[in-house]
Amino acid sequence: MARRAAPEVNAGSMADIAFLLLIFFLVTTTIETDSGISRKLPPPQEDNVEPPVLKQKNIFVVELNKNNDLLVEEVPMELKDLREAAIKFLDNGGGRGEDACKYCQGAKDPSSSDNPTKAVISLRNNRETNYATYIAVQNELVAAYTTLRDRESNKLFGKSFTQMEKELKDVNYSGSKDKLKEDIKKIQLLFPEKLSEAEPKK
Amino acid sequence: MSKFKKNKSNELPAISTASLPDIVFMLLFFFMVATVMRQNTLMIENKLPVADQIEKLDKKDLVMYIYAGKPSARYSASAGNQPRIQLNDKFANVSDIKPFILAERASKREELVPFLTTALKVDGQTNMGLVGDIKKELREVQALKINYTTRTGDATDNLKQ
Repeated sequence: MARRAAPEVNAGSMADIAFLLLIFFLVTTTIETDSGISRKLPPPQEDNVEPPVLKQKNIFVVELNKNNDLLVEEVPMELKDLREAAIKFLDNGGGRGEDACKYCQGAKDPSSSDNPTKAVISLRNNRETNYATYIAVQNELVAAYTTLRDRESNKLFGKSFTQMEKELKDVNYSGSKDKLKEDIKKIQLLFPEKLSEAEPKK
Repeated sequence: MSKFKKNKSNELPAISTASLPDIVFMLLFFFMVATVMRQNTLMIENKLPVADQIEKLDKKDLVMYIYAGKPSARYSASAGNQPRIQLNDKFANVSDIKPFILAERASKREELVPFLTTALKVDGQTNMGLVGDIKKELREVQALKINYTTRTGDATDNLKQ
């Protein structure tokens, strides 16, 4: 029997088909943004619980009014100065005796916070405040904590706090993760994130 | 004249397009792998604010999404122009958040429930009253881990609008 050569399949239109699919996926692709500021809400409270007594000097009041103006300790402030002011307040370390703070590098002003573990930032906003402004303020306050934690962590462990957190998430990290967790806890205890949010007025 | 005269013509040879499908397929596979199909059709405007102190949410299946913002132009006739909440594919009221969270919890395996995070995708022009109401509902239903989803950028850009 005579053998016939199999006719070659024309592949010229393959590119067209591939282009068609490519364009479909190009159009349907949405790069989702799934990153943001992580926060933890306080658990619900019973109505008859007495709020803990705090010294006035240990509270740093940040207020946002309905015109999106920023008031820090009842004085108007620009957003770009907020980070600096928050760091100054947290790092003050004006306490004496058992409230003394050994690692603070602040001004030790007796009229400002005693110790970072005592200092509370209180954020109040109005119902009319813009969400974008609120996020900007949150961002600056978180940045203040991160700056201080980075500084302390660099001093104690020779690497920044953000670096340690990144390593904790990294699957290829070679060192001991338990030790890393402990180190992170230590830093978090030095500068605990005490950010209280009051219910918006009106 | 000579024996070695080239008898090739001076025309340029055609560029071979044989590898074109390969290149296109490469691109195609990239997009097929990188594509995440949108879970929800947005019915609201959702221009997220920017921030730089951000963390990434890695486990996509452990995230519950709550959207809020002004209804987009298509829906403004039926839904008004005040900021609204969107859960799954429909507009919702503040009181719908609790059942939504409980339903999401029930659909996950029990050991994964403590790791559930709520991502708030809220439009920058929303007022805080609505966000406060959402947070109050979340607190009451013990969904305390939240994430304010933002874009990456300088936080001061939020004020220029």
